[in-house]
Amino acid sequence: MARREAPEINAGSMADIAFLLLIFFLVTTTMDVDTGLTRKLPPPIEDTNEPPPEVKQRNVFQVLVNANDDLLVEGEVMLVSNLREEAKKFIIGDASDESMPEFKITEVPIFGRIPVSKQIVSLQNDRGTSYEMYIKVQNELVAAYNEVRDEYAKEKFGSTMKELEKKAELSKKAEEQLEAVKAVYPQRISEAEPKDKGGK
Amino acid sequence: MSKFKKKKSGGQPAISTASLPDIVFMLLFFFMVTTVMREVTLKVEVKTPKATEVNKLERKSLVSYIYIGAPIKSLQSQFGTADRIQLNDAFATEKDIIAFVESEREQTNPVEVPLMTFSMKVDKAAEMGIVTDVKQELRKANALKINYSTGKTDKIVD
Repeated sequence: MARREAPEINAGSMADIAFLLLIFFLVTTTMDVDTGLTRKLPPPIEDTNEPPPEVKQRNVFQVLVNANDDLLVEGEVMLVSNLREEAKKFIIGDASDESMPEFKITEVPIFGRIPVSKQIVSLQNDRGTSYEMYIKVQNELVAAYNEVRDEYAKEKFGSTMKELEKKAELSKKAEEQLEAVKAVYPQRISEAEPKDKGGK
Repeated sequence: MSKFKKKKSGGQPAISTASLPDIVFMLLFFFMVTTVMREVTLKVEVKTPKATEVNKLERKSLVSYIYIGAPIKSLQSQFGTADRIQLNDAFATEKDIIAFVESEREQTNPVEVPLMTFSMKVDKAAEMGIVTDVKQELRKANALKINYSTGKTDKIVD
């Protein structure tokens, strides 16, 4: 009459279910790696009437992008694909050329006191510029700096910046080398307040 | 001799189904892996541009997202096609950025606040005007570490 003991549930698949959940969470936490261009914004302007420091024309690499996504580099129309080369030439500089940026003797780790270019890249865009174009230009400018640094690091230390970065986690020396290269070619990308011409 | 039963004649032996669960699990895993989960419902259409010099965003918990783009198709009748900003799950204006930054900071461990990154996921067709406004607001809020979310590509085309 009275039912005696219910049949036991087979728990053999419990392990499977547990593994399934485990793998599910493992996978979901590391999925879609977000990538992007990391930049640093300048700090907010204080309300002082101090004029901005004067920068000589020859030290500035002027990049303008208008609302039609046209690129004007140092007064000349240019394609995005040529921007990197031009920017690299400017960043490396040439002490004998009057139109190229000045050099200033600066204290740099490892190398000591050596001339460092006073280059500044100035980027100005219009409110109507498309974001895609802006990113392309940004990307090329960052790429120019990265390539210049890479070449320098290869010449001096025999490894690229990426390799140095990897080594820097383990050794103090590589970290110093990394800092040195960055100090020789400091990344100076200045963004001017955009003009409101072609925008809505 | 009845001791040895005559083998059944005809018919192949049944296929073993012991490995069937394995196969099913494998498929399940495959679909689980390929499914992308979103934390927010996107109300704006965002197709990020591509770049070559990308960095990986680390420490996801310290990254806050700002979406900019035209409203998605189903919302266009209501909100038009002009670019909009989306914070968390709702449309916002650039005036809301400072409050957004503050609330994100409150949710973060005070020690880690300087490490916070604001990632801008902007549609490639968006205009720079709205992006610049957002950047200016971020500057005012002293959120200076930003990231332009981009995909990775090998070459930039004109």
